[in-house]
Amino acid sequence: MSLAPPVTFDAHAPWQLSAEVSLRDEAFGALAYHHGNRRLVFLKSPALVDIVRDLENYHTAADAIGAHVASSQQGAYERALASLARSEIIHGR
Amino acid sequence: MGAEITLRDRFERGLAAPICLTWELTYACNLACTHCLSSSGRRDPNELSTDEATALIDEIAAMKIFYVNIGGGEPMIRRDFFTIVEHAVSRHVGVKFSTNGTRIDAAAARRLASTDYLDIQISIDGADALTSDAVRGAGTYDQARRAMDHLRDANFGPFKISVVMTRHNVGQLDDLAALADAYGAELRLTRLRPSGRGVDVWDALHPTAQQNRDLYRWLLDRPNVLTGDSFFHLSALGEPLEGLNLCGAGRVVCLIDPVGNVYACPFVIHDEFLAGNVRDRGFEAVWTESELFRSLREPGNPGACASCGSYDACRGGCMAAKFFTGLEMTDPDPECVFGHGETALAAKRVEIRPSPSPDHSRRTPVSLSAK
Repeated sequence: MSLAPPVTFDAHAPWQLSAEVSLRDEAFGALAYHHGNRRLVFLKSPALVDIVRDLENYHTAADAIGAHVASSQQGAYERALASLARSEIIHGR
Repeated sequence: MGAEITLRDRFERGLAAPICLTWELTYACNLACTHCLSSSGRRDPNELSTDEATALIDEIAAMKIFYVNIGGGEPMIRRDFFTIVEHAVSRHVGVKFSTNGTRIDAAAARRLASTDYLDIQISIDGADALTSDAVRGAGTYDQARRAMDHLRDANFGPFKISVVMTRHNVGQLDDLAALADAYGAELRLTRLRPSGRGVDVWDALHPTAQQNRDLYRWLLDRPNVLTGDSFFHLSALGEPLEGLNLCGAGRVVCLIDPVGNVYACPFVIHDEFLAGNVRDRGFEAVWTESELFRSLREPGNPGACASCGSYDACRGGCMAAKFFTGLEMTDPDPECVFGHGETALAAKRVEIRPSPSPDHSRRTPVSLSAK
């Protein structure tokens, strides 16, 4: 299994869900599958799923997070998005 | 952002659709491996037609099942194999298929290499012909290696080499990893189950307790070696192995057999684990409504394992391994790392083990030259 290329996640940059990714809603959040690198990733909260789907509508990832969760959770969701960026589920635009 | 254990509990309660759907395309096979978990050999006259197969793919796509694991039998024996695969890819359903490699010549390798979202795993059961052919038949190792050569020459990219672990090949782990590296391939190791014809060879071939401990440590050091969550019963030895570490039967995995029967997992082709048939009301109705699957999604009964401090690590092990060795679902896994399975087996003194319901084994020995 090849390692993902190093991706720096900047929460103050614009991001979007990869066109190669399918999302399937589940009770815990969603499954995300990248058809290119065949990675299956679990989005472990419904709010994270909403944020990921909404990324393209905000100027920055931080704005998208702020629109969906309390500011006290900002850091945790930025870390979750950084992990999704490493798996190529989301990418900069 | 729930803790990992919460997610695992969620999985045990089942998902909207399987994560891992195995679809055996045909019971026909040109080989006769001694451990075949689907007792394959002869085609079943009632196998799904091309139209039924493509309709099933459409339903799989609608359920957002991202990929299917196609097997058999030998799936490439079906004359509509490429039609089915290409239809799946056109519906954005990724395909990973398991093959013995005998039908992958240079032309087939080029066609496979030109298909997107396709993953191939070629089976061998040892790092050399002597070891592998003892299970899979004379000449099969060399045929599989030729298929790998063709895929490499066609620039297919990283395919998978799939090996069922036996007591004769656990000692070859480093050689198998080196072979995969030489092809730029990924190594995938799976557990020998006493399923299908495997019931006849399991006693003689399953790894010893010491070999299982060696395998566990080897896997811990190599998180990139794929296992399909096969060895979660070994996670009771300490640190959990890569994967979900649970029995996914009817919860996150299931099997559709060549005649459309839906079983709880690829290793339990038996009436006891038959959930329904896709020809009746489609696959989704079976997945969501089957009584069997609903019962599997209820919290498990730890049974004899309740007092073991490692139950949370192994969850009692593999349902198929217990069933086909004659154990109860509440017994320990027959390969329990603490030896409780061996004790349970000895206490049962099992004379008759359940045999797989549909047996498509050939009635006469296979000659390799025969197509």
